[in-house]
Amino acid sequence: MNPLTAPFDTVVLAGEPFMGVVPAGHRLRIVDLEGNQAVDTLFYNAADTHEHYSAQDTIQQQGNIYLTTGSVLRSNRGRPLLTIAADTCGRHDTLGGACSAESNTVRYALEKRHMHNCRDSFLLALAQHAGALEKRDLPSNINFFMNVPVTPAGGLEFADGISGAGRHVELAAAMDVLVLISNCPQLNNPCNAYNPTPVRVLAWAPD
Amino acid sequence: MPAITPLWSQILPGGTHWSGVLRRGQSLRLTAQGADANVAALFYSREQPLERYNMADTLKAQHTAHLAAGCVCYSDMGRILCAITADTLGWHDPLCGLTDKAAIDARYGATSYQQQRNARHVSGREAMLVELGKYGLGERDLVANVNFFSKVVVDAAGGMQWVAGHCQDGDAVDLRFEMDCIVLLHAGPHPLAAGTRHAPPDVQLEVYRSAPVAVQDACRHRCPENERGYLNTERHIAA
Repeated sequence: MNPLTAPFDTVVLAGEPFMGVVPAGHRLRIVDLEGNQAVDTLFYNAADTHEHYSAQDTIQQQGNIYLTTGSVLRSNRGRPLLTIAADTCGRHDTLGGACSAESNTVRYALEKRHMHNCRDSFLLALAQHAGALEKRDLPSNINFFMNVPVTPAGGLEFADGISGAGRHVELAAAMDVLVLISNCPQLNNPCNAYNPTPVRVLAWAPD
Repeated sequence: MPAITPLWSQILPGGTHWSGVLRRGQSLRLTAQGADANVAALFYSREQPLERYNMADTLKAQHTAHLAAGCVCYSDMGRILCAITADTLGWHDPLCGLTDKAAIDARYGATSYQQQRNARHVSGREAMLVELGKYGLGERDLVANVNFFSKVVVDAAGGMQWVAGHCQDGDAVDLRFEMDCIVLLHAGPHPLAAGTRHAPPDVQLEVYRSAPVAVQDACRHRCPENERGYLNTERHIAA
């Protein structure tokens, strides 16, 4: 797929992928239009896509597993890719990863393999992209607007969303970044309130 | 820990790295040789290394944010690379990733081969990149790892706290391989470990033939998800 280049303002329908390029200094905003929608997101250094968002570098550096205003999204080379400049949701997930046909067979039933899922969206977007990205280049992603609490006893829950209609997250790009989104089609757990909905994605140069 | 007859054993000196192939039917025992040991580990299918350990799928399938006996390590293809069949600790960290050179230098002071020779500090990221390279793999294949022997608790606000003294001399964990795997290990300090003295303990590696899998295997029957993970794995192996 052809990435949009900033400035852009588009609606990503439920279950669809999106790719865009956001130059250094530009802002990127993702709006949860109807509420409780998981937005599976990866970032790459647009000039060298072997450098990409790293959940581990990010949470290690900030000492916290959740993302919110002030969080620096770091690459696998430890460098800042983007910073969260505003967040009206309050918490975003770094651990839940993306749903896939194969993980759906494990988590729900072998027969769920045919259901649409985020990794299929990622793979199709990358296959139709002119770049050299492929499955190797899919590390653990961010789930914007998704609520995956970890308990002090080490439990992991997929809880009802804390987002709502119109909540948004806004990021400032620290380098030229390629953004890859799967607007999650998962129907088997409450990450999308069992009803995947569209999101709005905007990028612009600040004044 | 169950009694075993090792096929071979070796000491992985603290701070160093290792890789090898461990096959279905083999198990690996890691035994800490001192307090606060840490072993960063990664697993790849030997048949197709694009199939690799997947942190998120491992945690989601088992509804856990820590690993212990009874848990398995899932690949991104819905299959089980290895199972944690025994362990003395009850908690291994799957969240925190690796150290990099900047972090190691900042915490322990810069070292170099020219100054320290083989006592120099090698970061987790450098260690894994070296071992990956031996199989034609590289930076793109470096995914979230397990940190065996380490415990990091997460508070209600998401804050992460490394637990000192969690691992003591002699603590051990057994991994039963369910697929032929490329295994990467680094016995360096945990990325959130406290202290400024770089003294990661040695770790003993022992490889042995896995015991026959019981009908009521604890890993397989930990949860319905793992039963399906084993079905996926058996279909793949039988093909």
